[in-house]
Amino acid sequence: MHTQTLAELARGLAAGAFSSRELTEALLARIQAHDGALNSFITVTPERALAQADAADAARARGEFGVLTGLPIAHKDIFCTQGVKTSCGSKMLDRFVAPYDATVVAKLDAAGMVMLGKTNMDEFAMGSSNESSWYGPVRNPWDVRAVPGGSSGGSAAAVAARLLPAATGTDTGGSIRQPAALCGITGLKPTYGRVSRWGMIAYASSLDQGGPLARTAEDCALLLGAMAGFDARDSTSAGAPVPDYRAGLEAGLDGLRIGLPKEYFGAGLDAGVARAVEAAIDEYRRLGADVVEVSLPNAQLAIPAYYVIAPCEASSNLARYDGVRFGHRCEAPRDLVDLYTRSRAEGFGAEVQRRILVGTYALSAGYYDAYYLKAQQIRRLIHEDFRRAFEHCDLIAGPTTPDVAFDLGEKADDPVALYLADIYTVAVNLAGLPALSHPVGDKGGRPVGLQLIGPAFAEARLLNAAHRFQLATDWHRRAPQGFA
Amino acid sequence: MSMGPEQVAATAQLARLALRAEDVPAVAGKLSAILDLVEQMNAVDTAGIVPMAHPLELSQRLRADAVTESDRRADFQAIAPQTADGLYLVPRVLE
Amino acid sequence: MEWEAVIGLEVHTQLATKSKIFSGAATAYGAEPNRQACAIDLGLPGVLPVLNAEAVRMAVMLGLAIDATVARRSVFARKNYFYPDLPKGYQISQYELPVVARGHLDILVDGVAKRIGITRAHLEEDAGKSLHEDFQGLSGIDLNRAGTPLLEIVSEPDLRSAQEAVAYLKKLHQLVVWLGICDGNMQEGSFRCDANVSVRPKGQEQFGTRAEIKNVNSFRFVERAIEYEIERQIELIEGGGRVVQETRLYDPDRDETRSMRGKEEANDYRYFPDPDLLPLVIEDSFIEQLRASLPELPQAAFARFVRDYGLPDYDAATLTAERATAGYYEALVAATGGEARLCAKLCANWVMGDLAAALNRAGLPIGESPVPAEALAGLLGRVLDGTLSGKLAKEVFGAMWAGEGTADAIIAARGLVQLTDSSAIDTLIDDILAASPKQGEQYRAGQDKLFGFFVGQVMKASKGKANPQQVNERLLARLKG
Repeated sequence: MHTQTLAELARGLAAGAFSSRELTEALLARIQAHDGALNSFITVTPERALAQADAADAARARGEFGVLTGLPIAHKDIFCTQGVKTSCGSKMLDRFVAPYDATVVAKLDAAGMVMLGKTNMDEFAMGSSNESSWYGPVRNPWDVRAVPGGSSGGSAAAVAARLLPAATGTDTGGSIRQPAALCGITGLKPTYGRVSRWGMIAYASSLDQGGPLARTAEDCALLLGAMAGFDARDSTSAGAPVPDYRAGLEAGLDGLRIGLPKEYFGAGLDAGVARAVEAAIDEYRRLGADVVEVSLPNAQLAIPAYYVIAPCEASSNLARYDGVRFGHRCEAPRDLVDLYTRSRAEGFGAEVQRRILVGTYALSAGYYDAYYLKAQQIRRLIHEDFRRAFEHCDLIAGPTTPDVAFDLGEKADDPVALYLADIYTVAVNLAGLPALSHPVGDKGGRPVGLQLIGPAFAEARLLNAAHRFQLATDWHRRAPQGFA
Repeated sequence: MSMGPEQVAATAQLARLALRAEDVPAVAGKLSAILDLVEQMNAVDTAGIVPMAHPLELSQRLRADAVTESDRRADFQAIAPQTADGLYLVPRVLE
Repeated sequence: MEWEAVIGLEVHTQLATKSKIFSGAATAYGAEPNRQACAIDLGLPGVLPVLNAEAVRMAVMLGLAIDATVARRSVFARKNYFYPDLPKGYQISQYELPVVARGHLDILVDGVAKRIGITRAHLEEDAGKSLHEDFQGLSGIDLNRAGTPLLEIVSEPDLRSAQEAVAYLKKLHQLVVWLGICDGNMQEGSFRCDANVSVRPKGQEQFGTRAEIKNVNSFRFVERAIEYEIERQIELIEGGGRVVQETRLYDPDRDETRSMRGKEEANDYRYFPDPDLLPLVIEDSFIEQLRASLPELPQAAFARFVRDYGLPDYDAATLTAERATAGYYEALVAATGGEARLCAKLCANWVMGDLAAALNRAGLPIGESPVPAEALAGLLGRVLDGTLSGKLAKEVFGAMWAGEGTADAIIAARGLVQLTDSSAIDTLIDDILAASPKQGEQYRAGQDKLFGFFVGQVMKASKGKANPQQVNERLLARLKG
């Protein structure tokens, strides 16, 4: 059962081939057996899962079910789950049990999905390697010496290792697409505002967006349909109606214009990754797409702008962790300042502290214009670049990452080197666009991902293209050795 | 631009992060490297460009003025480090 | 040297919404600690703010009432600082683009009118409260107030004395209560004032260094705090010292301001647009709709009361101090009828006199008067038509207040109709004169003051019901005759 996709499992449940309880028990056993090597889960919730599975089976027996009823899911530990710890990968929230559910959690619960647990992640979603988690690094199932990417590394590794078919993630600068690429799975970052941020712990509010990680575009379509939608509790939630993302999956790609930004194929891109990406583009040509060159002239400014805007917002978003109302509190504080400074220094890891410091500095008197305002101006330039590019194409394609997964510890002491792993992904967040990564090859046994970027609210187009690609190829079906 | 130890200490104070004195130089080094990276922004002239604070260039939605929340003090204080008589406790706030 | 004070006021008005500015928690005052603080007010992880429409409507109303510009687009920003009563570590406020800018309010001090500029008014959330009671050496934090909507109204430094400052403050207080956007309760903190005070040699254009006096919560204390602070600064400068820019706290017990050292450590609020909230856009149609529904403002009502009712300034000002009083008065005049000027003045006297006194004794607002305007009109009609004397009217009013019924019902039940029948009055006079021959002789002998004795006797005999004017006239005629 563990090798099947959500869509396949849905058919199995519908046909009565197995029950949700049987499926849940099988996957829980698989997590138990294999996650020791990966550390992809922070919390596994067997009792809750089995109770949900039984409820799903009962609902199905009564005839009250949808396509997702009884199917398994895990949530990145950034989504608040009432009654189950939500740590955000941080010591700060090691004992935090939210008194409410995130909208994404509530929606997938309501759709009848069975939550198996909460997945590991970079602390407060700050990282591209999953090494900043207080719960220890996650390992890449394709090669346990390698990182899975981050920050949704636990979700990506668990799905790639067939511990379960799908998981949720969040993407602030590539945190769904980059680990999806490094783990050889499919991940979708929706348009900003498409998925509610209520109950999703904030890193950088104007960039954060939740989305699905799965093995296929079809499964991403299934999940996005249930996750997306207007939420009155999120002022930045989009009112646009949610289409049926599965309806258009099968459409042919004849005449689809795919733009290749020349800036994404220059220096810094690994040759092996470039070969795999170019082969994938050829496959798209065979499927009927027209490939054109486009330009994103300010692409090289995305990383600098992102590493101002995200830390600025983070420095403010993370001010609430002060040891007063929830979260870690230091022992025997002498006074208020001691309570704040020690609780925060003890509760936050090094990378989180670094980003708080960078953001605090960039917003402080005398620096605001040179950093924050400048970055927001560049953000507009980047947004304009995409707008102009989409006058010439329907989708933009390129590598998701400049190289395949690197080794654990390789960039651990060099934050700037790690930041550059996001070079092709952050611009999308600055512009608020939807983008998807799907597997298209490998280099030395480590997967390569192709990124497809669409105009705002063009998720259906991204999913359609990736689905057609997956009907014609089998990269998405390949399983890491030992996890087949 | 490089960030000196004094600036790092002042920023840490503003951010309420206790930094051990012996860690300051290393932190300063990493922060300076990050600032060097972000200052690549200066390569482009942005005079006259309207800053973009948000990818959704929409306007704020308003909610009706209605009380929709009920008292959940017990739930909320169950996760609090220290409370008494319904109050959150902190070291004395000096007037 | 002659000194001049320069004062600007920042007033925090709590807006009278039912729910908080960014959450659905109640704003009612006086709940047990933290029972009205929801997940959003507490700043728990993952929560998000959504703006209350009513707070926006109230801000726009104020903007229109002070003839200000209402921003078609304003932005919420985060003001970042750590304090236990500030759960998120930042306050959501408006910084560069406030919702209201460039208005004014006219004040009157010692008969001189003056226009005070209002720089801006912006929406923001209130903080919670630190309670300094001793919990084993700790402070307790109550976040019920956190997230209550505030409209911060910032004046230009146009005020030149404590008296002007208080006049401005009272005028603003009257306006926000009149508009119904604030309950005005200063004890409960619904209307709080910070004063920026500096002094400069008279004639000098440049401002002196200012001190900010925080959170003064009564008109009297504002006046005293500013007066003290002006004195302190002048003495300091004349003694060779310099004013330092700082925050000071007024201590009403010792009648002095003192520095809040320590709390002021180099604030750097790192304002930036709140990414959880989008720009607030206010459409012209919304503004026009509100403008059309705006009530008559106190200034205009005052002018109209003087003009249309012929009232003295004092009466018009008193009756338009509160919208409810003005409304009561107008309803009373309309229902009473009769000769316009006579009626208007009689009504004014009653509203400011017996009614105000009774309400004051009972601690009731005029809107909850047990004698509504229509009922009081029934009484005053009987005064105007001569049925009741002033004295009897007071007696009837007392009975009406006690709930004994309408004026006419009480007059009938108690037989209180004024005696105006001339022959009946003559009979009473004749009886008294017959019973007091000695006093009659003395009066005729020139003891004029005995006239009062006769009047008193006649009134007593009539049980107070005889029309006093008629008694006077007829008695005089008889005694002369």
